[in-house]
Amino acid sequence: MSAIKAKHQRLVLLVIALVALVGAGLLAAWALRNQAAYFYVPSDLVARPPEPGRAVRLGGMVEKGSIRRAADGVTIDFVVGDGKARVPVRFTGITPDLFVEGSGVVAEGRMEGPTFVADNLLAKHDEKYVPREMKDMTASQAKQVVAETK
Amino acid sequence: MIAELGLAVLWMAAALAVLQLVSGILALRPEGRQIAGLVRPVAVMQGVLVAAAFAALITLFLTTDLSVKLVAENSHSMKPFIFKLAGTWGNHEGSMLLWVTIMAVAGGFVALVEKRLPENTLIATLAGQAFVSLGFYAFLLLSSNPFERLAEPAPEGAGLNPLLQDVGLAFHPPTLYVGYVGLSIAFSFAIGALVTRDVGPAFARAMRPWVLGAWIFLTLGITAGSYWAYYTLGWGGWWFWDPVENASLMPWLAATALLHSCSVLASRNALKAWTVMLGVIAFSMSMVGTFLVRSGILTSVHAFAVDPERGSFILALLAIYIGGALTLFALRASTVTEGARFSFVSREAALVFNNVMLCGILGIVLVGTLYPLLTEAMGVKVSVGPPYFNPVSAVFAIPMMLVMGVGPLLRWRQDSFEGKRGGRITLPVGLCALLSAAVLFGVELMAPRIGLLPALGLAIAAGLAPASFLPLRGRNLRRTPLSIWGMVLGHFGIAVALFGMASESAFSTERLAAMRPGDVRQVGPYTVKLEGIGPVAGPNWTALEATVSASYEGAAPAILHPQARTFSNPPGNRTESALKTRWNGQLYAVLGEEGEDGRWQMRFWWKPFVPMIWYGGALIALGGLLALLGRVAADVRRLVATGKIAYRRSRKAALGARP
Amino acid sequence: MSGEVRKKPGLALWLPLILFAGFFALVIWGLVRPADREVASAFIGKPLPAFDLPPATDDRPGLATAVFKAGKPRLLNVFASWCVPCAVESPQLAQLAGQGVEIDGVAIRDRKEDVARFLAQNGNPFARIGKDDLSQVQLAIGSSGVPETFVIDGKGVIRYQHIGDIRPEDVPLILAKLEEAGK
Repeated sequence: MSAIKAKHQRLVLLVIALVALVGAGLLAAWALRNQAAYFYVPSDLVARPPEPGRAVRLGGMVEKGSIRRAADGVTIDFVVGDGKARVPVRFTGITPDLFVEGSGVVAEGRMEGPTFVADNLLAKHDEKYVPREMKDMTASQAKQVVAETK
Repeated sequence: MIAELGLAVLWMAAALAVLQLVSGILALRPEGRQIAGLVRPVAVMQGVLVAAAFAALITLFLTTDLSVKLVAENSHSMKPFIFKLAGTWGNHEGSMLLWVTIMAVAGGFVALVEKRLPENTLIATLAGQAFVSLGFYAFLLLSSNPFERLAEPAPEGAGLNPLLQDVGLAFHPPTLYVGYVGLSIAFSFAIGALVTRDVGPAFARAMRPWVLGAWIFLTLGITAGSYWAYYTLGWGGWWFWDPVENASLMPWLAATALLHSCSVLASRNALKAWTVMLGVIAFSMSMVGTFLVRSGILTSVHAFAVDPERGSFILALLAIYIGGALTLFALRASTVTEGARFSFVSREAALVFNNVMLCGILGIVLVGTLYPLLTEAMGVKVSVGPPYFNPVSAVFAIPMMLVMGVGPLLRWRQDSFEGKRGGRITLPVGLCALLSAAVLFGVELMAPRIGLLPALGLAIAAGLAPASFLPLRGRNLRRTPLSIWGMVLGHFGIAVALFGMASESAFSTERLAAMRPGDVRQVGPYTVKLEGIGPVAGPNWTALEATVSASYEGAAPAILHPQARTFSNPPGNRTESALKTRWNGQLYAVLGEEGEDGRWQMRFWWKPFVPMIWYGGALIALGGLLALLGRVAADVRRLVATGKIAYRRSRKAALGARP
Repeated sequence: MSGEVRKKPGLALWLPLILFAGFFALVIWGLVRPADREVASAFIGKPLPAFDLPPATDDRPGLATAVFKAGKPRLLNVFASWCVPCAVESPQLAQLAGQGVEIDGVAIRDRKEDVARFLAQNGNPFARIGKDDLSQVQLAIGSSGVPETFVIDGKGVIRYQHIGDIRPEDVPLILAKLEEAGK
């Protein structure tokens, strides 16, 4: 606990910084290997299934006519496909606004038996583009609504 | 007319930036001394002109001049005033103009008021500032002219992304921008100091207010952004470790480290090369952040207009500035004189520890954010989320917060935990540590199901909150400088925010249900009842609105209105959650879809003490503000005093010269 | 300060630059990598499905697959009067039409009077406009929203799919794709 030897202070600080940097790098590498969630499309998931319970992401198209609502009103079952393989998915929660049959979806979750159990669904959209199911309101109707509520 | 005027003024400002750079470089040569006086006025004038250009763009948006392409694409005559205003910077071109504006105005301000730095270093700084802004001028004028006219005026504007029609988001990006650009000033100071090899306390004192200012805005921006994500995404979470969020967190981490190393350099003339390095890193993190957000190179849950081409432009600027600065650093840093020394137990050592830990977290976040890109280069797609970020950053954050309780009590240069002096530190700190340990044991005994991280968070918050006030002990509270108050408040804010975070993840309860009007559910201490669902309409949206009555432990019910909104121009949907805030937590309600059987999906959370997260963030920013006010007030007093001394001297000289 | 001590930091000072170079190489790769077009590209190279749509306005004929097999490449634009980005892209469509490109439209879930009003306001670059009330054709050609534009070669095969509105900077790309399809 004495004062650092005059000549070596800069070196000591440098070594501390390097050790911390390398330590952070190694820790990050080790943790990423264990914690990163791999991305699968249905055909990958069928061909090389991840170990059960491991967090992964599944991306594909929601098959037309596959969405079924369970009796509790908040759980849905549907099928995600990529043209080659199909994976049944179960999700409990409120679906995103743009989650519709025939459009793309990314589900975060894990395999439990033959079913992919999703914790979260992501459906993406862009401000310059109107996705298909959006919406039956015409521009004139919209203007009317605006005029009425002013 | 206004558009043409704005464009002309912008071109003139760009020309002045060229002049500022060239005259700055020439003035640093021995033969160019006589033009040194040119640099300051040019910098001021550049700031004025760009501000005028930005005012012109604001005018165009407020009057909804649909002959201007940018207005036609991003605004709408029926939009509320506040969103017309926000539309100015809610798009790529406008935000770039805002960036250049803040940069030039700040540069002009530095030129106007900064008197402490040696003139050469200041000129090098202003030249560096001009160099950085030139890149953005080129970007604006060559590839994204905000004043471009349409061949024929549009009949009506195309509107704005409904996700962006939110007061929080209207002011969130500019807040972050001010922070980013403030760090560009710190960057310019670092470059100026490297060029003249003049890294010392004067440099640190000149740079500190800018770093503090930028840091306050970053803190506010991140806090507001987190709250915005919390109530608009409708997922009940307040931080997702999403690339867009990390992009704002990384500059904050670097700026926090810079702020602390600055105070070492200013007070003790140590950590010279390190502070310069952090100045470069902080601004590079701002640019990396802007690049990651704009280029869309990483996938994000936050809807954001992305454009890979613009991303590559920012990347090119990043390569020039940061690559250049790091090369300059490598060449010059070893010639910067070594700083003053200090012992292992000293304020400096605690601050070095803080810096190293912050950089560790920064590294962890950066690596985690870029990792998906790295693995994709090897052909594997992955995503990295909380299971990585939370524990790994905690490895660095926890020791940092432990040292944070002690560091401010230590003396500069050398201190000791032994003897009488040591007792004054170890006794109160020991009591705080005891409190932490008691909370940890208490939590583990009462609720063993709570995870290790939330439990540790609660314990550290309990100890850190009183410990952060210890620097005030034995001081006359009235005479305590504002900067000390700022530090105390900032550290206390960290404890408050940590408490909120830990409590949210330890004690939240969630209830997801399909309900018919009249149904009742229990969520934590709340009894919620769905009263009904009906349509409502706003200025540019229509919505389905649920009426929910929520009663806290049998008290008179409060009414909540979660909505599912449909926007008309352009069409889009958004979930509007409803919140009921109490002193001890928040009830969070979301309306989902209607099922086939007439039941509605409802999602509720009870989140104890969750608002503490944002109160903590606000306290941290307030602490920064106090410190800034303290520093600026001291600077002004000193300026006035030196002015008086100089005046007296000149009077004396005049009197003495008299025969 | 001894020479040995001085040398070591000298090398370490380059470390930030080296790390930055690594970061730079990584993001450059990220920018140039082929973008994800899995969904979009599924229909490229496939022939148009057979369809025969009734006219969507009174002054243009309806649209059938046969039109696209006449030997000359054409554009197929999927639009709707209720879609704002569709109005935004109309100057670009007019420009393409002005350069002699033949464009056919499919109006999605629209009413005749709305289409007529939309065309009166934004110009009418279309040779034919089919009315697709159930989005059947839209789905069959792999379009998932409006506006979308397809380049169809002279044999009725889909050669290119443009998702979202055509911006001024996209026009050369569309022209190039048309020329490519004509070869």
